[in-house]
Amino acid sequence: MTQTPSAPEALEEAAPDAAADHGDEHEHPSDRQYVKIALILGALTALEVFTYFESVHNLGDAAIYVVLIVLMILKFIYVVAWFMHLKFDSVLFRRVFVAGIVLALGVYLVMLTAFRIWGV
Amino acid sequence: MTDVADPTPAVTTPTDAGHAPPAHPPTTTGLTHNKVAMWLFLGSECLLFGALIAVYMFAKSRLPAGEIGPNDVFDIPFTSVSSFVLLMSSLTMVLALSALNRGEERNFRIWIVATALLGGTFIAGQVYEFTVFVDLGLGYTTNIFGSAFFTLTGFHGAHVTIGIVMLMSALVASLRGRLSPRNAETVELIGLYWHFVDIVWILIFTIIYLFPQ
Amino acid sequence: MTTTSEPPLQLTAGEQLVRPSTSLGVFSRPTGETGWKSWLFTVDHKRIGIMYGAAALLFLVIGGIEALLLRLQLAVPGGNVLSEDAYNQVFTMHGVTMVFLVIMPMAAAFANYLLPLQIGARDVAFPRLNAFSLWCFLAGGIFLNTSWFLGGAPDGGWFGYAPNSGLVYSPSHGMDFYALGLQIAGIASLVSAINLITTVLNMRAPGMSLFRMPVLSWMLLVVQFLLLFAIPVITVALFLLSFDRLFGANFFNVEAGADPLLWQHLFWIFGHPEVYILILPAFGIMSEVIPVFSRKPIFGYPFMVFSGIAIGFMGWGVWAHHMFTSGIGPVSVAVFSLSTMFIAVPTGVKILNWLATMWGGRLRFNTAMLYSVGAVAMFTIGGLSGVTHAISPADTQQTDTYYIVAHFHYVIFGGSLMGMLSGFYFWWPKAFGYKLNEKLGKIGFWILLIGFNLTFGPMHILGLQGMSRRIHSYAADSGFNLWNMVASIGAFVIAAGVLLFFWNIGVSRRRARGSPPVGPDPWDARGLEWMTASPVPTHNFDRDITVTRQDEFWHRKWRIGTDGKVTRIARAEDVAHDGSATGVHLPSPSYWPVVVALGLPLVAYGLIYNLWITGIGALVILGGLYGWVFEPPDDPEDHGHDDHHEADPSGEAGNGANGGGASGNGEGEPADGDGARQLAAAGTSGGPVAEAQP
Repeated sequence: MTQTPSAPEALEEAAPDAAADHGDEHEHPSDRQYVKIALILGALTALEVFTYFESVHNLGDAAIYVVLIVLMILKFIYVVAWFMHLKFDSVLFRRVFVAGIVLALGVYLVMLTAFRIWGV
Repeated sequence: MTDVADPTPAVTTPTDAGHAPPAHPPTTTGLTHNKVAMWLFLGSECLLFGALIAVYMFAKSRLPAGEIGPNDVFDIPFTSVSSFVLLMSSLTMVLALSALNRGEERNFRIWIVATALLGGTFIAGQVYEFTVFVDLGLGYTTNIFGSAFFTLTGFHGAHVTIGIVMLMSALVASLRGRLSPRNAETVELIGLYWHFVDIVWILIFTIIYLFPQ
Repeated sequence: MTTTSEPPLQLTAGEQLVRPSTSLGVFSRPTGETGWKSWLFTVDHKRIGIMYGAAALLFLVIGGIEALLLRLQLAVPGGNVLSEDAYNQVFTMHGVTMVFLVIMPMAAAFANYLLPLQIGARDVAFPRLNAFSLWCFLAGGIFLNTSWFLGGAPDGGWFGYAPNSGLVYSPSHGMDFYALGLQIAGIASLVSAINLITTVLNMRAPGMSLFRMPVLSWMLLVVQFLLLFAIPVITVALFLLSFDRLFGANFFNVEAGADPLLWQHLFWIFGHPEVYILILPAFGIMSEVIPVFSRKPIFGYPFMVFSGIAIGFMGWGVWAHHMFTSGIGPVSVAVFSLSTMFIAVPTGVKILNWLATMWGGRLRFNTAMLYSVGAVAMFTIGGLSGVTHAISPADTQQTDTYYIVAHFHYVIFGGSLMGMLSGFYFWWPKAFGYKLNEKLGKIGFWILLIGFNLTFGPMHILGLQGMSRRIHSYAADSGFNLWNMVASIGAFVIAAGVLLFFWNIGVSRRRARGSPPVGPDPWDARGLEWMTASPVPTHNFDRDITVTRQDEFWHRKWRIGTDGKVTRIARAEDVAHDGSATGVHLPSPSYWPVVVALGLPLVAYGLIYNLWITGIGALVILGGLYGWVFEPPDDPEDHGHDDHHEADPSGEAGNGANGGGASGNGEGEPADGDGARQLAAAGTSGGPVAEAQP
């Protein structure tokens, strides 16, 4: 609800932003940067899988959850920001996408909480 | 026919000279209709996959004790490899777009084929995984976990398949000389879709496969 | 975007509408501007809007007949007009029809017709997808209604609560028709939402910033965002239900550990935004009508806009108030109780602003104004009874009684439908070139208003007396006799009012022949849609309109002096375009949207009866998309570099059609660049922005 006032501005701002974006149309990340991002993503995935094997031995579930969620969010953000160019693109796109994610997280987490599936 | 970057319209009049479609049609926001529409669609898809993932988590939590469940079927090393394959297809996808932007048709085709092949490998892995699960006794109707798992991953797989069809269409278009840096946006949009399908898998891989069961 | 050698005020443009479709297209595009084909294949947003409206009115009659059957059955205790089974089907279809096939398409009619006009555009961003939305909606609606002849209509309530709607409790094919039919209608809504949002964001006239848009445009924009995010939720819920029923999945199989609340949550996460999807367009219409007939600008424009947006946001946080008695736990009940009370605030802001707009205005009580004022009043009653549901202890008593029925009819009938009727009377001259008869209109309004209150007012009492919803009959000694009889009489009064509306259309149409045209601006109105001829010419505006402030058109007619005095500076006829521009390039009609839409119900029938039919449906869709792809490009300048792109959607929607699995995507497909790309080219070149002339 706190976002309410900013929503129209969000749409309105898109114009200047977009215009600015056109200026640096050609400042897309280089192929080298893409490969670097992919390496990071691969490393993060390896870490994730590693936690799985490690978990067989020790580490509490809670810690594993935290680590996995952090890694997942990192991967998500890397792909969205770089591969989907959201970092460089119009703010309008970012807001539409974030709106979808926030709404989805909001309603479904509330739903699952109402079902008390978290075991608390 | 291969390097016809800009097929000349049949009727070329002097006034047509200044008439080549600009890279970005003049719109109020300066953004193209297609890209706006694509992002709106992706925003909408967040709610779709969110619901499917939530339904899966709910179903897993209600699986009666003793029923065949995630621990009995998941093969993490195998799925890790196929996840990695899909992740890398995002890299080849951006490399394809980047090649097209530079006008390197050959490289574009190589990368687009690579992307489609990686996607195909992923789908093949999924089909294999499904058959293994069924052999282990987990069918679509076996229990609530089976229904939710196959529905979620099935929806994702269908998205990947559609993505592959789009990639192949782009390849055919390129072979027929109809893709150039000027209309690279089409490929960019396919890429957006492809990456979106990839990030959905990033979520699925962690939440469905890796979370302690 | 085209040449500069044209005279300054001439639209550029384009080539003729009919042009030689040479080499590139495999199929030619339909031509011709009259006859049924010109409607079937049109991509003109105005014709599509009119057809949406006509379809909605047709379904209004069907849903109305269903309502009359229900009231006949309940008029006296122990009624035997309908069997229990038939009663279940009729009340289910009444709800489904009124919500999905009347109010939503009626709102789509106004959105399609008015949105581009109000923002000064020449069409929507994706004209062919727009046509597809219409036919897809119609296919879904007809598909749903064929269930009457194929073994029985849906009988699980419009909300379709699983597992009650599962195979065990609803063994006929009815609920399959429900799940698949709504899925098809949902595709239409989603495609339309993406299309219209893109239109508003991208195709506004020069100077038309978002905060200069009319309130109606704003409300429609908010509604499209709600649709964009709410439709996928119902999509998933309907898929789960379909998979349970058709393929034996276990989502709602309680024996397998499922929980009936899963459906309720998913349905109402969609369902509550849906409530605002139904009402916000009417709010927008009232916000256009009331200022015009009060001769004042809308009071508190920013508040109107922000409260609409606030309602849109908060609408996502109140869904569980439909489930207070479902056992969701005290914490959930408390949280949703609070959020529900909060949402009354922005709604109240709107009501106060309408009143303040009228305050001190020079009021003219034309039919349109009467309906708007009536809608404000009736909606307020419905809103207040809504607040009583927010208080969960009270709601526990009211749930599933006629009190609830009274409440939502006051908001949906009293608010939405009356608001839209106001819209019909207001924009009728714009769309058809003649006014609806005022006298008949006013009589009709009073009949409708009285009938409405006779029908639904007593339901408050019945509900508080304890009469349950959805019951097939009641005993003579329950104490429900009097008010049920009153309600049933009221229902027939409503029917008379609605019939009078249709009769008015016929009468006014007949009288309009031979009488002088109404001119562009019969009401001394404010929005850009009045700044062109009536009926609106195919190309909308002759020239681009540069907007410098809110209510641009009104300010071109009137000047407000330093002393606050308002003086006329121009006649509407002089300000408005006369529609005489020629040679404007517009998107060509297309065969394929209707073909693709036809394939969808085939796929759905096949899922119910025989997968071979699904295969045929999928082939129809694929063929349709193939045609869509290889249609000659729309823009003569665009030959050659774009036509192939549309290959992709064909794959995509083709898959979507191939079964449940991908249809989530089929929906999305339009967004995906291709189908759209060529359209975009056409859309922009047809749009004012592209044709701006120095």
